[in-house]
Amino acid sequence: MKNGRIITIDNLVKSFPIGGGEFTALNGISLQFDKGEFSGIVGPSGSGKTTLLNILGSLDTPTKGQTNVLGTASTRMSPKVAATLRKKHIGFIFQTYNLMPVYTVFENVEFPLLLLKIPSAERKKAVLEALEWVGLSDKIKSKPPQLSGGESQRVAIARAMVKKPDLVLADEPTANLDAENSHHILKTMEKLNYELRTTFVFATHDDKVIGYLRRIISLEDGKVVSDAYVKK
Amino acid sequence: MLRFYIKGLFRDRSRSLMPILVVAIGVTLVVLMQCWVTGILGDMIVFNARFATGHVKVMSRAYNENIDQQPNDLALMGTEQILLDLENEFPGLEWAERIQFGGLVDAPDENGETRTQGPGGGMAIDLLSPSSKEVDRLNLEKSLVRGRLPQVPEEILLSDEFATKLEVEPGEAVTLITTTMYGAMSITNFTVSGTIKFGAAALDRGGMVADISSIRMVLDMQDATGEILGYLPSGDYDDLQAAAMSAAFNDRHSDPEDEFSPVMLSLREQGTMTMMLDIMDYFKGLIIGIFMIAMSIVLWNSGLLGGLRRYGEMGLRIAIGEEKKHIYRSLIVESVFIGIAGSVVGTAFGLFFAALLTKGIDIGGMMQGSNMMMQAVMKASITPDAYYIGFIPGIFATALGTALAGIGIFKRKTAQLFKELQA
Repeated sequence: MKNGRIITIDNLVKSFPIGGGEFTALNGISLQFDKGEFSGIVGPSGSGKTTLLNILGSLDTPTKGQTNVLGTASTRMSPKVAATLRKKHIGFIFQTYNLMPVYTVFENVEFPLLLLKIPSAERKKAVLEALEWVGLSDKIKSKPPQLSGGESQRVAIARAMVKKPDLVLADEPTANLDAENSHHILKTMEKLNYELRTTFVFATHDDKVIGYLRRIISLEDGKVVSDAYVKK
Repeated sequence: MLRFYIKGLFRDRSRSLMPILVVAIGVTLVVLMQCWVTGILGDMIVFNARFATGHVKVMSRAYNENIDQQPNDLALMGTEQILLDLENEFPGLEWAERIQFGGLVDAPDENGETRTQGPGGGMAIDLLSPSSKEVDRLNLEKSLVRGRLPQVPEEILLSDEFATKLEVEPGEAVTLITTTMYGAMSITNFTVSGTIKFGAAALDRGGMVADISSIRMVLDMQDATGEILGYLPSGDYDDLQAAAMSAAFNDRHSDPEDEFSPVMLSLREQGTMTMMLDIMDYFKGLIIGIFMIAMSIVLWNSGLLGGLRRYGEMGLRIAIGEEKKHIYRSLIVESVFIGIAGSVVGTAFGLFFAALLTKGIDIGGMMQGSNMMMQAVMKASITPDAYYIGFIPGIFATALGTALAGIGIFKRKTAQLFKELQA
């Protein structure tokens, strides 16, 4: 992680078998991400955004080429190492929130800390703090079905942020939200990025999200067609 | 962590209450089926014991060797002493003397000349002693078609078919022409007190039942009997106890060199009973086995569907950083917990219903004319295996279903589970 670099992607190729042939989702991608970036991979459906995000999140492995995420190279990414990396250092935010409906807001946010075996008192403090970040301190006992879409996504952000990860990967986080809630969510993430220096990488084609990004990487047919920093 | 999962399990009724109910219903049916089949097949043993074999039977060695002929010339002698010995050595058991006999039954006209006659075979039992349980044991009261049971030694019961063939009505006389145990001719008059239905074609063609005291006179068998049947105090056949008794008795009283010495055989050791008991065990195993496999498939599917339904949740847990094997283990633990809870509830209900059925369902009212061979009451029997048999499909099938569904977690690439999470 020289010079605060947390992700290095070198000539990445990802192919999937389809029928008798092969579909190449990512073709020769080379990118770097530094700590504290607020960047997005944008492009139309099928351009390879989610595939790239999955590889960055160690949910998938490259067919060719190499990645190094938070000091862990894809070549030595065993399932156990990948799980540990996600558990300790990576947070995910999904389009569909994916909260566990039988647990309260507090318990949903607490779950990543349970996996990290954080002691109860510390856990409680961290969960309350995370819920305060997203403005949901008054909803700790509510259950996901009682929340609005915006509130649900804010709980998902709190869940991703509670362990203070180095990297948050957000796949179309505003796709199910109206404009007001989208801006609220994005401002919350922007604030966390600023305050905690957490690196955010989005996969999106939503203009509202793009408007907040400080770096925009455009993908088309599995290739990077542009990579530009935006002055704010 | 475990507390977290248990909390989720209890709150999500589709993961706890429903699967527990499915397992409990399956296990209830398995336990009930086990008790019911055991009860019905057990009744067949009970019936054989009551009618022919006892739980143990004492005969002379020679009589046993020629038992197909029921040879009264080889009958057991000195039975009063043998009965005393049996009562002393095996207190609590009920002993019943029986003599199988045969002969020509003659129905005379008003002049005493033969009107009709036919060959008959009969069973002499203790019909008249107040302490005798033979009338109940052989279901005689309910098997009566016409007339009544004998009240004096000179009365006899004929099968209804035999009586019709002989054109004899209750109250009329018949003459039994036979031979004594010493080979002499014997002619004795009896009054037909009633007619009965045996329920077996061979017996209904020419069957008779008479009091043993009169048949002893007829066959000149004072202090002798064909067979002494013993019944265990519990009323249920216990193979081990019966075998131990017969071994002990034979050790003390039986002499292989003396063909007239007594020999005791357990129910299993008599005639084709070994084969019959083995076949019954086989069929019991088969019926219960098929039912258990069917229930296992149902519970396995339930576990499988429960697992498949949760692929999205698996994706989320993987994304948050839980290892696949940890998720797999938690699913198995959860299914074992559900299996145990469902099996306990199911076994309790199964035993409860089986207990209600141990008194039996009386189908006597549905049967047109009861008979000696028919069981009017069909009942369940609770045996020790009923307490654990439901746990086999309850736990193993549920866990196996979950385990198979969980294999999908390993076979699917992490990214695929992740996709299913987002679907």
